[in-house]
Order: sequence, then C-alpha cells, then structure tokens
Amino acid sequence: MSGQILIDPLTRLEGHGKIQIFLDDDGGVDRAYLQVPELRGFEKFAQGRRAEDMPQITSRICGVCPMAHHMAATKALDDLYQVDPPPAGRKVRELLYSTFMVEDHALHFFFLGGPDFIVGPDAPRPKRNILGVVDAVGLEVGKEVIGVRKQLRDLTAAVAGKAVHPVFGLPGGVSQPLSSQAREQAAAAAARAVDFGQFALDAFRKIVLGDPGYVDLVTSEAYTHRTYYMGLVDPANKVNFYDGRLRVVRPDGTQLLTFDGRDYLSHVAEHVEPWTYMKFCFLKDVGWTGFADGAGSGVYSVAPLARLNAADGLATPRAQEAYEELVTTLGPGPVHHTLANHWARIIELVYAAERMAELAGDPEITDPRVRTLPTATPREGVGVVEAPRGTLFHHYQTDERGLVTAANLIVATQNNAARIALSVDKAARALIRNGQVSDGLLNQVEMAFRAYDPCFGCSTHSLPGQMPLIVDVRDPRGELIRQIRRD
Amino acid sequence: MTKPKIAFYWCASCGGCEEAVVDLGEDLLAVVELVEVAFWPVALDFKREDVEALDDGELAAAFLNGAVRTSEQEEMARLLRRKAAAVVAFGSCAMHGGVPGLANLHESRDILDVAYREAPSVQNDEGTLPARESRVPEGQLMLPEFGATVRTLDQVIDVDYYLPGCPPPPGLIASAVTALVEGKLPAKGAVLAPDVALCSQCPRAATKPDKLLVQTFRRPHEVLIDTDLCLLAQGLVCLGPATRAGCAAACPGGNMPCTGCMGPTSGVVDYGAKALSAIASLLDADGGDEIAARVAEIADPVGTFYRYSLPASLLHRRVRTAAREEKEEVAP
Amino acid sequence: MSESEFQPKIVAFFCTWCTYTAADLTGISRLAYAPNVRVIRLMCSGRLDPQFVLAAFRHGADGVLVGGCHPGDCHYQEGNYKARRRIELLRAVLRDLGIADQRLRLEWISASEGEKVQRVCNQMTEELRGLGPLRLDRPQRDAAELAGEPR
Repeated sequence: MSGQILIDPLTRLEGHGKIQIFLDDDGGVDRAYLQVPELRGFEKFAQGRRAEDMPQITSRICGVCPMAHHMAATKALDDLYQVDPPPAGRKVRELLYSTFMVEDHALHFFFLGGPDFIVGPDAPRPKRNILGVVDAVGLEVGKEVIGVRKQLRDLTAAVAGKAVHPVFGLPGGVSQPLSSQAREQAAAAAARAVDFGQFALDAFRKIVLGDPGYVDLVTSEAYTHRTYYMGLVDPANKVNFYDGRLRVVRPDGTQLLTFDGRDYLSHVAEHVEPWTYMKFCFLKDVGWTGFADGAGSGVYSVAPLARLNAADGLATPRAQEAYEELVTTLGPGPVHHTLANHWARIIELVYAAERMAELAGDPEITDPRVRTLPTATPREGVGVVEAPRGTLFHHYQTDERGLVTAANLIVATQNNAARIALSVDKAARALIRNGQVSDGLLNQVEMAFRAYDPCFGCSTHSLPGQMPLIVDVRDPRGELIRQIRRD
Repeated sequence: MTKPKIAFYWCASCGGCEEAVVDLGEDLLAVVELVEVAFWPVALDFKREDVEALDDGELAAAFLNGAVRTSEQEEMARLLRRKAAAVVAFGSCAMHGGVPGLANLHESRDILDVAYREAPSVQNDEGTLPARESRVPEGQLMLPEFGATVRTLDQVIDVDYYLPGCPPPPGLIASAVTALVEGKLPAKGAVLAPDVALCSQCPRAATKPDKLLVQTFRRPHEVLIDTDLCLLAQGLVCLGPATRAGCAAACPGGNMPCTGCMGPTSGVVDYGAKALSAIASLLDADGGDEIAARVAEIADPVGTFYRYSLPASLLHRRVRTAAREEKEEVAP
Repeated sequence: MSESEFQPKIVAFFCTWCTYTAADLTGISRLAYAPNVRVIRLMCSGRLDPQFVLAAFRHGADGVLVGGCHPGDCHYQEGNYKARRRIELLRAVLRDLGIADQRLRLEWISASEGEKVQRVCNQMTEELRGLGPLRLDRPQRDAAELAGEPR
C-alpha cells in the first residue's frame, strides 16, 4: 500500500517546517522530505541600506541568535572598511560573543534538544520537556538555568544595549569601552558560567553516559552519517567561535582544505530545490551529487559536533578534558553520530565559559580605546563567525558611500540543510514499516532533526513541552485512513 | 475563580518577541501562576484543533507577534481573532510591519531572483525557484502562498491593543499581562506603553540644548561617540524626539542612537513622515543648495525613517506600476 | 475638457499670508486656472506636516502643491525655511518609494503674484496629466470583507 504521511508543523523551524513522507508499496518509506516554507528576503532588502546599519538589520533574521548575525555583520564591516579593532575592542567583542554562546547552548541543552536525550525517547510524553529534566536532575537545575541565563543577558544588555538585537557593533570596534563595573559584572557571570558548565557535564555523564541504552541510541546507524565537517579554527587548529580560518575535514578525519572566510565562494555553494525555501550548501571542491553522504558527496556539516571534528581540540583546559573524554568514548577519528551533537554542545559551553573568564580577567579589556575610525573607501567585505548552530557568512558589496549594492548571507543551518534532510529521511526509513506510525516514532524522527538545533525560528522558552504533531496517514487516493495526534 | 486563558502565536517573526517573554525570567513564573497558557505552538503541545474547539471569545487575550505574509499566518490570525476577547499586536512587526517590512520596497519576484538565482554562491543553472506546488518522483509537495506585500496585524484583523518594541521591553510585557489579569486594561485601541517621546526618558536629556541645530549629520562609524552627551547634539541621526518611550533608552545605553523601534506616540499616523519632519527641523541650513547638501548627507532616508514601519505607513509600500512592462516612475 | 481624458487631482496647501492671498487675487483678477487643484489653507507653510502630503496621496491626490512666502518674508520669520527643509527630506524618501519628483512641488508665491498661482496650477496639471495617475496599493481589508466578518 503506497501512501503519504505528513508531519506538520515542526514548530522549531519558525513554526512552519513540515515533513512529507512518501510510502512505497510495502508500507516502508520511499522518501521523506523536510520542507521549510519561510522566506523574508533579507538579501534583497539589504540593497540600498547603509552598511553600518547591517549589524542591527541582519540581527532581525533571528531573535534567538541575534548576536551571531550582529557579529558576522560587524566583522564584514571591518573587512569592508579595512579596519581592525584595537586590542580592547576585539576583546570586548569576543567577551560578549562568548557570553552569548554560553547562554544559547545552555538553553538548547536544558529546554529544547536536551530533554529527549536526558529523559529519553521512550519516556512518557508529559515527561519529555523541561519538567522531565527537572525530575531527572533536580529543581535546582531549572532555577539555576533561568538565573545563569538572566545574569548573562543582563551583562549583554549593559554593554551592548540590548540582549535581543544588540547595538554595539561598528566597523573597527565597538560603540563604547567596557567600564570596570561591567568588567566585574562579567567576571562574576563568567565564574558562575564555568561552574554551570561543569554541572551540565556532570549531569550529562550521570544520566546519559551512565546508561548503556542511551549510548546505543547515540551510536546507532539510524542516526549516523559520514560527511565532511567544517568549522573555524585558530592558528593552533583549536575551535574558535569569533575568528580564524575555516577548516574542512573528510569523513575519515584527514584535512581536505583550509580557507580564509573571504574565499568562501571558491569552496561553498548552494543548491536549490523547488519544494523548500531553504537552500542546501555543499562543498564545491567535491560537488553536488544529490542527497547522499560519504567522501564522494559534497554534503557537509557544521555546529558543535562538526566543529570538534574539524579542529584538533579546544584551547581551554576543562573543555579540552571533556573533549578528550568524548573522543575516547565515541572515537577515534571524526564522530559521525548526529546525537553526539548534544554532548559536543555542552563541551562548547564549557569552552565559552572558560574563554569568558579569561577575557574578563584581562586588564587590557577596560582600555578606553575600542574603535579604529575607518578612512578607506568601502567596496566589499566578508565576515565569518561560528554561530551556535554553525558557520555564518555575511558578504556585502557597497558603493563608495557605503550603501549596500548586494548582500549574500549563508546562514548557519543552511550548511547543515542537506545533512538534516539525510538524517530525517534515514530515521524515517529505519523506523517506519508497513505504514505503521506511533508516538515514539514521531519523537524519534524529530530527534534526528532536533539534534542540529536549527537556527532560524528556533525559539527558546521556559516550557518547551513537545512539538505538537499531527500525523495523517492517507491512502493513495489521499483519503485519510488514520490520524495520530500527540497531545 | 478560574485563571484567564491566554495564547501566544507568531507570524512572520524572528523569535525575538518569544525571547522577550522568556526574559521576564523569574517574573515569568509569577505570570504563569496567574494565567493559563492555552496555546503556544513553539512551547506547548496544543494544536490548531484545540484552538478551534474553544468557544468564541473564550481566550481572555491572544498575543500575536510577527508580520503577516503567508496564507497560513492570515488564517491563524483570523482564527485567534474569533477565539479571543482581546487581541494584542505584540512587537514592531505585528504593530507596524517591522524590519521584514522593508521587503515592501521590492516585488516578490525580485526577492526570489536574488535568493535563488543571482546570489553568487548559488549553483542553479536551471533557474529553479521554490514553487507553490512541485512534483518529485514520489508525488507532489506543497508550499504555502506568499502574499504580495508584508502587512501589519491590523491590516488583516481587528486589533484591541498594541505592545510596541523590537522586542517589547520585558517591563512593558509584565505590565500588560498584569493589567489583563487584574481587568485594568485601558480603552480599546490603546498602546500599552507611555505616551511621551523617548527624549523625556533618556539619561542624556539634560545635555540636549534648548535650541538644537545640526550643521552636519554624521554616521555612527565616522565619529567617536561620547557616552554622556545627547546623540543629536553630537550630529547623529537619533530618532528619540519622534519615538515613543518605554524602553528606558536601551540603545543610547549601548552608546548608539535610537532607530525608532517603539514607533510613534499617539496622534501620529505615519511614523516615518513625523520622524523625518523632526530631523529636517534640526538642519542648520538655509538656501536651496545648502539644504540639498545637508539632506544628501542623510544616507538611505527610507531605511532610516521607515526601518520598522513601512507596511504601516500611509503609502504602505513602494509604488508599483500596473504591469511589469511599464516603465516605473523612478528607477529602482 | 474631454470626459475620457485623465484629470489629475492636485491638493494644494497654501499659506494664509502670501499664497492664499495670491490665489484670492487670481480669482478677483478673473485669471482662470485648472479646476484640478483643491486648495487647503494653512496659517503658514511651516505648518505643513509631511503626513499631510502622504495623506493627500493616500486619499487620491496625484500631486501635491505647497505654496508659501518667499524666503525672508515669512509672517512667522522661519516657517517657510522649515517647510523647505522638510519637503526636501520628504522628497528623498518619496524617491525611494517610487514617487516622481514632479508630484510634490514647492513654490514661493507672494500676495501680489496672482498670475503665478495661475501659471503654476496650470503647469502642474498638464505635467501630471502626462505622468499619469498615482496608483497606490491598498493593504487594508475590503469594506465588504469587514462587513461580513464575524467578530
């Protein structure tokens, strides 16, 4: 019996993502398609805008990761005007950026993707959310996450104006120096964040690594793809969120290439399909050969697990220790298990917190010289950062007055788009037989998707609950034969 | 006494308004004690059918953020309008169109062309564009209809209250929900924020000269910005005089000028026109040539004065010609 | 005046002390000018809020004419200077919104220049006739739709 299954909506893709599953004659899956039905047109309406407004305009692409767009845009302005920030300007930027990475990763782990992992895919539905997490790890956790988050966001607002849609980025620096009061505030927040990172790691070890069933789930073939991996690395090949060179490794772990962000067009391209508004990135050096993984396909991955795979470790001690533990458990070589993203995310949280502490303790960071005024005539600029969800590229061309004539944006999740499609398709194929679907199935298909923590439309909340899902099972004539509701 | 039921929904939104609700922090827990959240698709597992099953008017309030672009968003807006006693337009996008409203400077077709055909990173020799219906080997796939323009919420449904800001400051959100719960909402149509201009709340107000004239307008990247002095007095285009207060001057707190996200005070119909009037009045220039030169220094006027409010403006969008073949009055 | 010929609608904002007085003089002098112009009287051209111009367009005007005292002659000293600055900046925005420069016109017309009122009105009418009507999008729901909609 052939037919279709529609999962709609997937609320973590701006509320409008959906998965269309086509069944074959045996009731197995022919193909599963993940569709993104949203487009706002930033690349078009950026034209005519003042370049220095782009950090604030592009942050409206996403209110969950506005700091990522703000920073990529600000760095593109550095390139556009050929100015580098003075040392204190750069440090203030990196301090705020590390703050953001801690806060965003913490929220995802405890409220969004984490509950599946912490509570488990077979737990009763009412438990698969933050309440279940609290039951598993204690009420103190919930309060601590809210408290840590608030402290980090208050710090951001104090220095950058606002936490949602910050304002402080300018070409050649930031809008104002860090006061000594703000530095003390940052040091206190960083210390708390470092402790929190350790706590999160401990929780993960106890609950997930301590349970062989979960380890089996993580390492299962249904959630494994062997793709290329990309991330920003510093000169020592350690993970860096703010700056560095892009490094790409093959599925076997050997380096394919490194490149400066300015050369992204030589290495990254986008593929278009008519059934979704999201474009699919692939490596030009390998080529687009369709939705497939392996060394012969240009499909690649970004974000926590990919960043760890593309680098040779992390630059701070506790994070490095945690990374070595992950490699010992799941390695050697690149880790291909998609669900390991959750673990990688906590390790990155620890790194970001330690980096925050390093910067907050640096006496140079309160130096009043935080801006280099541009003098060059602007023409073209590229800015690259690692957003929580992957590599983010901003590319602008302007006229001599600094008004944008063209803008190209490759937004983090697009780098992952093809691999997400593969993951959803593979999970659906592995789990759906004879046209039978169940509540557990729905959640497991979502898990394939949720591990990537998709960027746009991914909102963070205090009560994530579950995604509301309706699964319509239709016969080949389109008649509804069964409906499964998850509520 | 049963708790009042409320709903949250997002249309063409960036998610920042949802974040603003969460930024209530521990205050959110207090709010949750007072109300029952009956529908919040990104957070809770109630579905459209659960909303449809409610009686008309059973929700005390529905808070909708985001502008309206797709048929799906329009349907949800209409549904929530039926089920809610009061609808609150939450945030700049719902209230005035927001930053995505800048898409009203262009045609849908041009937006698609840039994203899918012209972008330098796109490899698309066939010129494929996302389509409402597409055929794949296994069957047919659908995408929702996109409207020709970005619209505000009250251009689609009747709206009772407005909560401005991009995003609305948490303090205003908390006050609004409290007022709702205590039955102390003002008359219908009210904006739930102070009705004075930002200058009155700005910590720099004392440094604003009584007679303020600007010889040359500067752009923020061209000058070092003093952290204490009125931003207009420093020659930056700060829209504080034309913008509603309620945000505690967050952007001047970040040492950058106000860009107008809270919209106008009451009595103003078109924010951009009023804002440009305020700025033009400050120009220290007489004589046609000098005025023209000063005005030319204000780069990207439509992006400056209508950044958040183009769909709500009197003109709503850039003028279209009747047919694409006709020559436009002003070359884009 | 042929029935099928496009008749531009022009809304004119004239200041009391100079331009409106000049328009009276035009009438008294029996200088006929195009009936396409509807005059709204302001105390001063400085009273012109840019919103008035946009509202005129929204309500069907194909062009807006603003008349004030010559520079230096303003009854309120500076009103006409403010008008000129506001209109110049408004014009820059209107260009970005696809509205031709000819649709917004600022003229200094003193109380004795009745002939200038005639000339400017006739000129602007013919210019807009050539340019054609201003077609704006209507974002609002139709009245019929509103009437039928359950609350």
